[in-house]
Amino acid sequence: MKYSLIAVACAAGLIFSSCKKETPEDPATPSTPATGSVTFSFSNEVDGQPIVLHTQNYVNPNNDTFVVDLFKYYISNVRLYKADGSHYDEPESYHLIDQNNAASRSFTLGSVPSGDYVSMSFMIGVDSTRNVSGAQTGALDPANGMFWTWSTGYIMAKLEGSSPQSTEPGHIVSFHIGGFTGVNKGIRTVTPSFNSAALNVGSTARTIYMDCNLNEWFKTPTLIDFGTTAANMAVNAMNKTIADNYMDMFTVDHIQ
Amino acid sequence: MRRPYFIKTLFVAASLSTLVFSCRRDPEIIAPVKETYEFKVPDGFPQPVYNFQGNTVTEAGFKLGRKLFYDPILSRDNTIACASCHQQASAFAHTEHRISHGINDLLGKRNSPSLFNIAWYPSFMWDGGINHIELQPAGPIGNPVEMDETLPNVVAKISALQAYRTMFKDAFGSDTITTQRMFRAMAQFMGMMVSANSKYDQYMRGETTLTPAESNGLSLFTAKCSTCHPAPLFTDYQYRNNGLAVDPTLNDSGRAHITLDPLDLHKFKTPSLRNIELSSPYMHDGRFFTLEQALDHYTSGIVSSPTLEPQLTGGIAMTAQEKTDIIAFLKTLTDRTFTIDHRFSEHAVFHEH
Repeated sequence: MKYSLIAVACAAGLIFSSCKKETPEDPATPSTPATGSVTFSFSNEVDGQPIVLHTQNYVNPNNDTFVVDLFKYYISNVRLYKADGSHYDEPESYHLIDQNNAASRSFTLGSVPSGDYVSMSFMIGVDSTRNVSGAQTGALDPANGMFWTWSTGYIMAKLEGSSPQSTEPGHIVSFHIGGFTGVNKGIRTVTPSFNSAALNVGSTARTIYMDCNLNEWFKTPTLIDFGTTAANMAVNAMNKTIADNYMDMFTVDHIQ
Repeated sequence: MRRPYFIKTLFVAASLSTLVFSCRRDPEIIAPVKETYEFKVPDGFPQPVYNFQGNTVTEAGFKLGRKLFYDPILSRDNTIACASCHQQASAFAHTEHRISHGINDLLGKRNSPSLFNIAWYPSFMWDGGINHIELQPAGPIGNPVEMDETLPNVVAKISALQAYRTMFKDAFGSDTITTQRMFRAMAQFMGMMVSANSKYDQYMRGETTLTPAESNGLSLFTAKCSTCHPAPLFTDYQYRNNGLAVDPTLNDSGRAHITLDPLDLHKFKTPSLRNIELSSPYMHDGRFFTLEQALDHYTSGIVSSPTLEPQLTGGIAMTAQEKTDIIAFLKTLTDRTFTIDHRFSEHAVFHEH
């Protein structure tokens, strides 16, 4: 009797566990795919004005007038976080955003595991590993003009333009922010807030619309005066100053 | 009776002719030397810095790298090749040029270094500004007084040539031409340049003996020079100010140009002394044409400055006889099998431009 009770209990347990296995994990959304896509779309601006190369005048926080001729930067190591702290890392995550190339201003993570994400981080620039690993290709091809050939390393972000206030030859404004090691390096890891917006990854392709405000290079914590500082192309203290400034150039406009 | 004798005669004749035939076909003289394209670490050498990871040497990749090395297409006006300033007979240095002239005969600031054992380099250029063998060629290509060319232009010019497209396909499986493939092929060619068969190496392998002067020179060298120039590579690749008076016409800050650190002012990478007999002139600006001048600098020419290598304070004491013997030893570091190695020579490359 005792044994048959145990046998029945075991059999019931087996049936129960089998039944459980056959039950869909989330009966409410049986068609949720395992992964979805998230596109990052960048709008480069100067205090809300979209950047138009060569022809548009802008004013920096020091009230210096300037024109933008070239604006490029690297975004790398994109990571998306869920509320429980687990995260998704984009593989081979290297993107060169070039104001002169519309296609470059957005990129898509095609295989993000489905679910709700609450925050993100990415690097402005290229991580030190890829700066010491020899010839790279794609976004990291040295032919993209974002590479110092005489002192190996990527230019993390680059601005070329002009300003009447600049005392450089031709009144140029030229900032090449680089360096992957040392106190003055140009790499910054940033975490622009979703501002409580939801990033629900699954059957609907999502897009994060990012604003990039060039004037943040010259605003806080250090105000830049083009009359005294309009060009910098070495990994020096000013390189660090600009990198500290541009840390907050990215904001999430909206997610849809 | 006759028949066996006849056969025996035939046999002897055949043997003789075989003998003659063998002599004439002496493989040492007639048969083409089998060329290998496998990187090997010489006995007694440490493991290399560059281990060809992800870029295994193949015959096709090596030959593509060689063609690029000898091709002036890498320069803006197709006049300057790597080999213009790196010539095999002088261990890939630039013979009789204090500083080299690049495009439009523009002069640079530094002496072209010799090239060998490159796979062991932890950094490149006199100031160590370049950190990887695969990225080294981008330096001179982009330098306005060397090749003055852009990487997109190089890729475009090479891509227009069928010979190159075929070679890239052979080396990398498709005829897509990228800077990465170009640089990897060149790294195969340059990384394979190993010089380890000097008289000194043969001596260390027990294959030959040194003369009394060479032997005494080795002892003196070990005592006075080997701290900075240790065997088997004969450099420790560290940056030093070796007490050369600063040339105000060049005003070369050296390593500090890269690090922006005043403590690195006028420091340059310690060069290997292998093949030093062939790579005159000497020092980062080629100011000395003879080894005697170079050694005289270390005995009596050291200029004191805040960044002077401390071990050189007061110079290195050497008598005239000791210098003679040290130079005799330095000449045992000459590797003529390297400077005539057919694999590294220009191979009737037909440049289509």
